[in-house]
Amino acid sequence: MTADGFVEVITPGLYTTIQDKGRFGFRKYGVPVSGVMDEQSASMANHLLNNSSACALMEITMVGPKLLFSAPTLITISGADISPQLNETPIPLNKVTQVLKGDVVSFGKLKFGLRCYLAVKGGFQTEMVMNSRSYFTPVTNNNLVQKGDQLSISSFNESEHHLSSVKIDHLLFSPALSCSKGPEFHLLTSTEQKSIFGKKLLVSQDNNRMGYRLEGYQFQYPTTYNMLTSSVLPGTVQLTPSGKLIVLMKDCQTTGGYPRILQLSKEGINKLAQKKVADSISFLLEN
Amino acid sequence: MNPYPITFKPLGQEALIIEWPNEVNKNILNDILLLQSSVENELGKLLLETVNAYNSLTLIFHSPISSLNDTKKIIQQLHQLQPSIKSKSQKTWKIPVCYHKDFGIDLDELAKQHELSTDEVIAIHSEVEYTVYFTGFLPGFLYLGGLSEAIHTSRKATPRLKIKKGAVAIGGQQTGIYPSESPGGWNIIGNSPLDFFDPKHNPPCFSQAGDSLKFYSIDRNEHQWILNEVERGTYKLESK
Repeated sequence: MTADGFVEVITPGLYTTIQDKGRFGFRKYGVPVSGVMDEQSASMANHLLNNSSACALMEITMVGPKLLFSAPTLITISGADISPQLNETPIPLNKVTQVLKGDVVSFGKLKFGLRCYLAVKGGFQTEMVMNSRSYFTPVTNNNLVQKGDQLSISSFNESEHHLSSVKIDHLLFSPALSCSKGPEFHLLTSTEQKSIFGKKLLVSQDNNRMGYRLEGYQFQYPTTYNMLTSSVLPGTVQLTPSGKLIVLMKDCQTTGGYPRILQLSKEGINKLAQKKVADSISFLLEN
Repeated sequence: MNPYPITFKPLGQEALIIEWPNEVNKNILNDILLLQSSVENELGKLLLETVNAYNSLTLIFHSPISSLNDTKKIIQQLHQLQPSIKSKSQKTWKIPVCYHKDFGIDLDELAKQHELSTDEVIAIHSEVEYTVYFTGFLPGFLYLGGLSEAIHTSRKATPRLKIKKGAVAIGGQQTGIYPSESPGGWNIIGNSPLDFFDPKHNPPCFSQAGDSLKFYSIDRNEHQWILNEVERGTYKLESK
């Protein structure tokens, strides 16, 4: 598809980026993988449009942007409900919606979740750097979409396309995050090794694409531990010297020196990506 | 026979960490890098990527590891068979650094702390060949081994919010170069005009794990000249 149209950013929203599945093969140079925080919602949005799973989408966080379409296309919005609207009329999540030249997509009140994904037919055709369109400075020039940006898309006429839709998966917004034990799990006290599973923890204000700091319980930081900096992944749960846990997310560094207590599953990462400050979560040990 | 024992630690369903003894040691690094290339050859398409650190090699697979025991066995065998000689060509890069006070904003204080002159600090810092152990923290940030104990310096109590691209710094037992503007708590002693991370090049970094770096002192004019050359893409980095 040729990029013969664009989406113009009238207002950018709180934290809006372009993301695809991520940037792989460059961790050895210290480059984070990046990519969509909630893979389940993103692939749903692409899937409904019959897009390839590699198509880049817009990741929208808490407060949505206002977008002007210069070309006709189909869109789908999946994930958090930020009251999406087409020309000020509400549109449903997980449903293919036809957009015409000159149409405006905007958002309103956040009803549930934190991040939603706006897919366009054929994907956003923004700059590809190191095999990915995922925003991350200094790999890409920008960290966020900005007012006035014209994001390339391909025009598409819907005529014979079936406007499919699917139901919202409410499990995605539930608090239990499945995980496995990390390499330094044994550094927790024996009491904590049991109580960590099922304990209610809270998402702190300090949550973003790099990581989520959790509040609500003070863990004991091991006194006699000696670990050299080693690999971490999105979903790695680290115990920090303050006794708090940090769950690393998609823009996390490639290496870290804190004990790796747990590792979230992909489903766990998707669910955490939909949590905002003061939401509660718990860890669920998978078999 | 290989002298270093290795252990295995899964990290989730799709990653396996291979761990070496808990020390920073060039022989261990070479052993890791040798195993990295033989594992990449052997497991090839199953692997998404591999990442090494001081004493570990993490294998990241495309999909959940189907048989952990078989995978461990294959890796153990590769490791047993491994010769204890270097196979990769390893380079020593000559890195220009301007230690002028305009760049080395913590140099005076650091020298005072160690009861050295600034010239002595510069001499100590630039006489060593540093080993590149791995890249992490920021794209293009090299973890270097070999800093002389004489200039080990604790990190600053309050980190700076903005450290200039190219800043050469000392933090604890380590020295490093900030490849891009970033917050940081290390003591800044100079600046290198080189690009340590360039997303437009493949690979984006000129050096890799196993290489060495040797700093040499340049003045402000040379710094500016090299900076211009780097920007134009005409600078020729020296290595041996």
